[in-house]
Amino acid sequence: MSNGRHLAPRPGFVLDVDRNSPPIVFHHGEGFRMEKLPAGRSRVIYPAEPLEGLADPDGAIRHALDNPIGDSEPLRALLHAGMKLTVAFDDISLPLPPMRRPDIRQRVIEAVLDLAAEAGVDDVHLIAALAIHRRMTEDELRHAVGDRVYDAFAPDGRLYNHDAEDPDGMVVLGETPHGEDVQFSRRAAESDLVVYVNINLVAMDGGHKSTATGLSGYTGLRHHHNVHTMQSSRSFMDQESSALHASNWRMGKVIRDAGVKIFQIETTVNNDTFGREGPLALLQKREWEWSTRDRMQFLAMKAGLDVMPSSAKRKVFSSWQAPYALTSVQAGEVEAVHEVTTANVYRQHLVPVEGQTDVLTMGLPYICPYNVNSIMNPILVMCLGLGYFFNLYRGRPLVREGGVLIMSHPTAWEFHPVHHPSYIDFFEQVLADTTDPVEIERKYEKQFAEDEWYIHLYRNSYAYHGVHPFYMWYWGSHALQHLGRVVVVGGDPAAVRRMGFQPASTLQDALEMASDVVGPQPTVTHIKNPPILMADVS
Amino acid sequence: MGQVSLRVAKARAMVGRFGFPWQAAPVPTGVAPAPSTRQLGADYDTAWARRYPARLARAALLEGVMRPTMSAIASPDRRGLDRLDDLNGPVVFVANHHSHADTPLLLTSIPEPWRYRVVVGAAADYFFGNRFSGAVSALAIGAVPIERTRVGRRSADMARDLIDDGWSVLLYPEGGRSPDGWGQEFRGGAAFLAIRCGVPVVPIHLQGTGRILRKGRTLPRPSRTTVTFGDPLRADNDENARAFAGRLQAAVAALGDEATSDWWQARRRAHAGTSPGLTGPDFGAWRRAWVLGDRNRGIRRKRPRWPEL
Repeated sequence: MSNGRHLAPRPGFVLDVDRNSPPIVFHHGEGFRMEKLPAGRSRVIYPAEPLEGLADPDGAIRHALDNPIGDSEPLRALLHAGMKLTVAFDDISLPLPPMRRPDIRQRVIEAVLDLAAEAGVDDVHLIAALAIHRRMTEDELRHAVGDRVYDAFAPDGRLYNHDAEDPDGMVVLGETPHGEDVQFSRRAAESDLVVYVNINLVAMDGGHKSTATGLSGYTGLRHHHNVHTMQSSRSFMDQESSALHASNWRMGKVIRDAGVKIFQIETTVNNDTFGREGPLALLQKREWEWSTRDRMQFLAMKAGLDVMPSSAKRKVFSSWQAPYALTSVQAGEVEAVHEVTTANVYRQHLVPVEGQTDVLTMGLPYICPYNVNSIMNPILVMCLGLGYFFNLYRGRPLVREGGVLIMSHPTAWEFHPVHHPSYIDFFEQVLADTTDPVEIERKYEKQFAEDEWYIHLYRNSYAYHGVHPFYMWYWGSHALQHLGRVVVVGGDPAAVRRMGFQPASTLQDALEMASDVVGPQPTVTHIKNPPILMADVS
Repeated sequence: MGQVSLRVAKARAMVGRFGFPWQAAPVPTGVAPAPSTRQLGADYDTAWARRYPARLARAALLEGVMRPTMSAIASPDRRGLDRLDDLNGPVVFVANHHSHADTPLLLTSIPEPWRYRVVVGAAADYFFGNRFSGAVSALAIGAVPIERTRVGRRSADMARDLIDDGWSVLLYPEGGRSPDGWGQEFRGGAAFLAIRCGVPVVPIHLQGTGRILRKGRTLPRPSRTTVTFGDPLRADNDENARAFAGRLQAAVAALGDEATSDWWQARRRAHAGTSPGLTGPDFGAWRRAWVLGDRNRGIRRKRPRWPEL
């Protein structure tokens, strides 16, 4: 999409920056920065334009349910009166930002339940498969599954959030050959059929990870959400080279061997994060294609955001809902389904890139999977930059070993007291002692994971589990191991230093600091994300 | 009244002095008078009401008068609008019909882009019986005359032309307001129109409007209402209008079940073929009223257990 014309979507591409290249818009939390990259040695990776959505999403969903992939019967044939059916679905962390109504989960769940109603199934439970994420509020659940499903199932307790700390609600199904405990929701384990409804935003999502992680708890998660697994994944976005996925796949086999029948429904969405029209549409246009109106709009928006208090900015950005369109839906046996899903994700996200760079730059946006309707605290900034964005590669990291990562984000020393209570203690207590993931894991993880107060808040309030900030830190451990230095542009110096990074006021300063590590005149690559892209580095 | 008639007669006599062309020339003796050009009923021409000035006035009326009025007296709970998200182009909306409040409630509930480009099928004999009510209906609600007492091509052709021009049509297939609170069998007109034009039909169920202004009442009484939009339906390849009308009626009945129970129970009963019918049980009048009272138990008015003497 360019200049409002509906043409075939253009693939992502790499721009070599020269003296005529315009400044590039960097996301900067709830704001933006215009940055001029050094000419002659910089390049910018642009994401692909949004693929066209399916013309008839509901028809495509029904077709997928009737024509499963892999070793599976059609869903209709798996449903019968008197059976116990559990429908599990992805939680608030997907998609990002939340999509406009109707959410894909609503479309799929209604189609599934319609078949269940036709078959006369009585015993149906719906579970938000959130593992150790925070519980979803009524409003968030309504948004995900729709009012019709919510009103029919929630009032009598048949639609609820997964509780990984419920001693009666969890069961260990067995152990993988690697000695990993496979912990699972008891309700799902005892069901005749588990239907999993997934949204695949990035290549990491879906597959056995949906159930083996989403319906699990600390006992199971600790086997793959750890420093060793993360440092052994190249990257965790590429499941062929991901130790995280290998572990989940082993667990998936144990779940299957334990007799749990799973009918997996996976969906992919396009890259229409900011819309083709509207106030944020310019963020998915290339800078030289901005119209006069776009430029005026950007200047006005930037001027407004610069004077707004952060709480007001957060409210404005949190209200944005992406007009994502469904690009594929497939159902059936988990692994066969996920293969097709991954191909569809790659079709939208992959951008071929030649060779590595000395310095990788990125502008971090206002949202990550763990701060929907919340605050992006410094640990989440680290997780988004060093975890998610750094790992959005296939083949080799975009930046060479010993290179420098420059992130742009305000990185305010600010935490959501309800959603992230253990993050506060992690930041104040653990990071004050050490930033080494291995040391943190060894010394502090168990204490936080088993803390009664955090468990109470996770189960009864809307708090992430006590161990969650550790996983966020581990998420970046591959990058920490790989990089020579991390610089944060425009961040709170105290918060940035607490994490072991270096603060810089401007990108030029950051590049100067980078040259201390990688030498003078370094090559620079900017990953322009979101809309999401994944670098296929040769 | 007599004084007014006298004055009108005097004025006519005064104008009459000037003769033709100030007044119409009399029909010469022996010449058959031309057929009357007075167009009422199904012949009433409503094209003017779809031109921009009239549409603008109607939009102002809709947003400035109908919407606040409906909010005040109907407290509408609008459900299922997301089912229209994938829909484009003109459609036929069909709804059950209990009250004169149905149309303003629906016009304020139908989402854009259809809201300001919808015409309402109105009984030609009732709404277009005289010029005044015809003009008011056409202007205020975008009414177009539909024959309900006899079979004619004119209404059907006009509706088809409107759909071809991109207008959507709101029809009440029951043919009139409910006489007793229960629905009536759907006639085939809406289904026939949808098949003929190849457009989808959006079933809508209205709950509670009968309590506001049921047939026979003149003053409205505030009450809560629920407007439930259903999934758009299309006629199958070899489905005839009668069968499609039956399917539309079943869809509206299932939506009624959804409005009074919940979506899951309604879907289960719909698949089992046990959705409560729109037309009610085949009992005598008092028993039908009794069952209807049971159905609406929650909104019965409280009366003193014993009159104060």
